[in-house]
Amino acid sequence: MALLEIRNLTKQFGGLTAVDCVSFSLDEGEILGLIGPNGAGKTTIFNLITGIYAPTEGEISFNGHQIAHPPLGARKFITPVWWLQWVPARSLREQWDQLRTLRPHEITELGIARTFQTIRLFKNMTVLENVMAGVHHRTRAGVWGAIFRPPAQRGEEAFIVKEAEQYIHFMGLSDYRDELAKNLPYGHQRRLEIARALAARPRLLILDEPAAGLNEQETLELMDLIRQIRDSGITVLLIEHDMKVVMGICERIVVLDYGKKIAEGTPEEVQRNPRVIQAYLGEEEV
Amino acid sequence: MGSLMERLRRMPLVWQIGLLALALLLPLPLNDYYRAVLWRTGIYAILGLSLNIIVGYAGLFQLGHAAFYALGAYTSALLNLHFDIPLVLTWPISILVAAFFGYLISRPILHLRGDYLCIVTIAFGEVVRLALVNNIFGITGGANGLSGIDQTVLFGLTLRTPLHHYYLVLFFLVLTLFAVRRLENSRLGRAWMYVREDETAAEAMGIDTTWAKLLAFVLGSGWAGLAGALYVARIPVVSPDLARFIESVVMFCIVVLGGTGSIPGVFVGTLGMITLPEIFRFLKTWRDAWMGVAMVAMMIARPEGLWPSRRIRMEIREKE
Repeated sequence: MALLEIRNLTKQFGGLTAVDCVSFSLDEGEILGLIGPNGAGKTTIFNLITGIYAPTEGEISFNGHQIAHPPLGARKFITPVWWLQWVPARSLREQWDQLRTLRPHEITELGIARTFQTIRLFKNMTVLENVMAGVHHRTRAGVWGAIFRPPAQRGEEAFIVKEAEQYIHFMGLSDYRDELAKNLPYGHQRRLEIARALAARPRLLILDEPAAGLNEQETLELMDLIRQIRDSGITVLLIEHDMKVVMGICERIVVLDYGKKIAEGTPEEVQRNPRVIQAYLGEEEV
Repeated sequence: MGSLMERLRRMPLVWQIGLLALALLLPLPLNDYYRAVLWRTGIYAILGLSLNIIVGYAGLFQLGHAAFYALGAYTSALLNLHFDIPLVLTWPISILVAAFFGYLISRPILHLRGDYLCIVTIAFGEVVRLALVNNIFGITGGANGLSGIDQTVLFGLTLRTPLHHYYLVLFFLVLTLFAVRRLENSRLGRAWMYVREDETAAEAMGIDTTWAKLLAFVLGSGWAGLAGALYVARIPVVSPDLARFIESVVMFCIVVLGGTGSIPGVFVGTLGMITLPEIFRFLKTWRDAWMGVAMVAMMIARPEGLWPSRRIRMEIREKE
């Protein structure tokens, strides 16, 4: 079974169809590239997968869970039963869980972590604190633990730091541990975002243009890191404009244009596909 | 000066005990009027610290905090008047009632951002005040409020003088400080900071932003309820004036004046908004003018507050 499956996904913003009936799937341990000209709907698909938007039509399932479908109000056959969330009966509760759309943090808990196209770090917090955010959903301490600091909470706090340090080290940021995120050079900020996403220990890592703004050397290092991440058992889905990166590390590529899927295949197949060439180079005037 | 601060920072116990000793000894040479002023300062410091959880840590605008203060005070007063429960035992119930209303009001509106949230909280504050004025359920005593509340008896000791009440409030203030400092440096405190810095990124990292914001609201509101109960412990009369909009504004200013999110800032703010106006009472309405001028001047010269937290200063200076 595919790890991530996207079926007939459509997203409309008012009259604009940003994503138009796109279907593709992603197998465990794969690196899949999502490419296409600007405005093709790539980032919109990412936002649909991570639950920031709800799809207009179609659905996404991850690891057997349905994680996105049109919101309840859009389905005519079901009345929006929002009060059901307080019904204690287990079966009803389960039914409800299947009906409602998951919130972004619940999707992260299921095992999808992402980075952003425009870097979205917690700028005024240290590198360590940034990465600690990723460990948050794997730990439990609340108000009680914070105020009374029982041994369990102190152990958990140490665990959070240890986990975070491990990913900081993996991304080669150990020297910057206590530096504020905004003071890092650009390339390191990109790495920090990946470290933060990895700390959430995802099964699927979604990278939105990870090589944007990186120089030659940094790009090569990044490609190497992405391969290492995949080898550690994490499936990778990435959007990238740098064709060297896409063709170099992706096993399969999905090409979008104007919200529609126009091609899918290995890098070689995609490069030869006339529709892809047309989308990138424009139509020849006859 | 700088090196002295640095040295003190490395010895937290020294300055903490020093400040506590100062707080304990300060009222002794003063007369009852100034002891009452100190008591009031303590109450507002607790209110400021509780509002600081909501405004400072979680970054939510709350301009109806006085409503929870009043709810705590009325809960304590009503339980004492109708059921003869000793005031001391009403305190936990005051906290719970205020926290419960904090939950009720914030749960449906948490997805609102910034100014929209602010408008709803102002409206809630007014709803509470008007409900109290209109003698809701016939129990709040209308515009006159409630009177004839018992004196506080603590372990057989009846608290009569302002000095007693000052020490009572001081005890809870220290407790609040302890809790707030620990909250700030915890998993929950970091979650608040993530939400404040970038809500979308926080959500994408697996932080339940609703949980974090809700907890900030509930904790802050509940603690304001305690401040209300402590008010009733000394003043046996409660009136809807407790929930006036200006009260909420004063609490908001305490947090912002000293520096949002900063614990020492709350004390600086309380000093500026409560203690100084109280000492300069003879200037009458000029005090309000001073508040306005001070606010405007500060927004121009020091938008981050008088004693800001390191982090918030960076956030505010960055936006400019």
